[in-house]
Amino acid sequence: MSQTATSARVPLVEYLVIDDGDPYLVANECTSCGARFFDRRNACASCSGTEFTRVRVASEGELRTFTIVSFAAPGIPVPFVAGVVDCDGTSVRGNVVNTDPDPDHVRVGMPVRLTTFPIGTDRDGTEAIAFGFEPADHHTSTSTDAGSE
Amino acid sequence: MSTSDDIWILGIRMTKFGKHPDRDVVDLASEAVLGALADGGVTMKDIGVIAAGNLMNATAGIGQQLQKQVGQTGVPVYNVANACATGATALRTAIMAVKSGEVDMGLAVGVEKLSGAGLLGGGGVAKADGDTWEPSGRFGAVASTDGRIGTNTMPGVFAQIGMEYGHRYGGTTFELFARISEKNHAHSTLNPLAAYQKQFTLEEIMGDMMISYPNTRPMCSANCDGAAAAVVTNGATLARLSGEQQRRAIKVSASVLTTDPYEEACQVLPNVNTLTRNAARIAYEQAGIGPTDLDLVELHDCFATAELVHYDNLMLCDEGGAVDFFESGAPWRDGTTPVNVSGGLQSKGHPISATGIANVWEVCHHLRGEAGDRQIEGARVGLAHVIGLGSACGVHVLERSAA
Repeated sequence: MSQTATSARVPLVEYLVIDDGDPYLVANECTSCGARFFDRRNACASCSGTEFTRVRVASEGELRTFTIVSFAAPGIPVPFVAGVVDCDGTSVRGNVVNTDPDPDHVRVGMPVRLTTFPIGTDRDGTEAIAFGFEPADHHTSTSTDAGSE
Repeated sequence: MSTSDDIWILGIRMTKFGKHPDRDVVDLASEAVLGALADGGVTMKDIGVIAAGNLMNATAGIGQQLQKQVGQTGVPVYNVANACATGATALRTAIMAVKSGEVDMGLAVGVEKLSGAGLLGGGGVAKADGDTWEPSGRFGAVASTDGRIGTNTMPGVFAQIGMEYGHRYGGTTFELFARISEKNHAHSTLNPLAAYQKQFTLEEIMGDMMISYPNTRPMCSANCDGAAAAVVTNGATLARLSGEQQRRAIKVSASVLTTDPYEEACQVLPNVNTLTRNAARIAYEQAGIGPTDLDLVELHDCFATAELVHYDNLMLCDEGGAVDFFESGAPWRDGTTPVNVSGGLQSKGHPISATGIANVWEVCHHLRGEAGDRQIEGARVGLAHVIGLGSACGVHVLERSAA
């Protein structure tokens, strides 16, 4: 929980936008061929075009694949569900959250949606916000209770 | 191209894979190299070029270290690094040098010491978060993303690759993937050079420590030490050698290296499929054969989930038919297309840079009729495949000498 309601917040990564209403992800889209990248490209990996525009990525999608990581580098809490979500044609890497991390609760093809949650507060009182994908039939959608399971 | 331009493996050797605490990478590379030279009936004086790979210490110049250990003849050395395709890249580099006509004989070697390396891809210990959230790197991340935005671990990446295949075509289960591992561990019991020769029951595999669902520990490639080396030459040179050398020489009917062409999602989850399919297609064209002509295949089963998708990528089955292919018994050593009769990376082991030459050695061993208890009878044509994330794919098609 944040220390005060007015404390500053930063996204875990630049392609997560948290200061423009509902959080969403953005990508750099090639203006020639439409290929999307979450970090910068000097030229498009698909068509070699050099012009890009920042676009909003759909926040709902289908879980195309996943794994349940039980063994990770020391310091990374396990188990967690890592996956790839097809967000209306744009593939997004992310964890599946707000559900039990077992094959009975996570399945390929399940509808999911973007959610955000705090991962900690630094010494200046700034809170970092991460994103994940939760089952789309999950009804607790406020951002602050999402990381608590 | 005349037959004098054909490429041949004259000598080839792999070390025992496993733990070699008393020997360093130079010792292991030397054993493989001296073995390959002796196997081919030649010496370092005959070698015109050396291509060498050692991924975990890629800046150390393993090729020159090797020369200082077994013979400094002043020939050019190419130290290569291409992830898990490093060995195949070294072999392909030596082949290209011979094929270009610059040299008559080339040496390729790959070596790794990986025992106790632990989890690969996770970057060791997770980077501690800083006192303040400072954006850094290409994603402007204020903290470590591994484990927060997916996983960097190899077992996790390849688990997703297998699960994605299941999503696309259906039929995959935890048990199916475990049965692929059961096959390879069973095969390894006949391979004295494998790191592990222990047979596992399906229950043992499924009940072992879960690493990254659906891959349990025995379904992951075994980190170990090892080296492999090969001497390659052209047809014109081979024709001047002895009848015995000509009889044991193995023809390289295809030598292909590819990278992954851009496709949606390929920069989010590595696409190991398209570049493998491309390499296989080119290899079959070069060799003038089809998948049904193969008597055995050594493919890159870095995880049980990876082996399944490569049945399809190498076109050993119809597109989407990998599950049926496995269920038919085809990839068992008594099946129609034996796959990984060496035990594969899961059991034989995966000393990264050695793998892409060791799998060629396995195929050559059968084509020469020298594979002992695990010999695939009458083997005439085989294929060796590796893939390194990033990505690079190497495919070599090998044929028994007609001599």
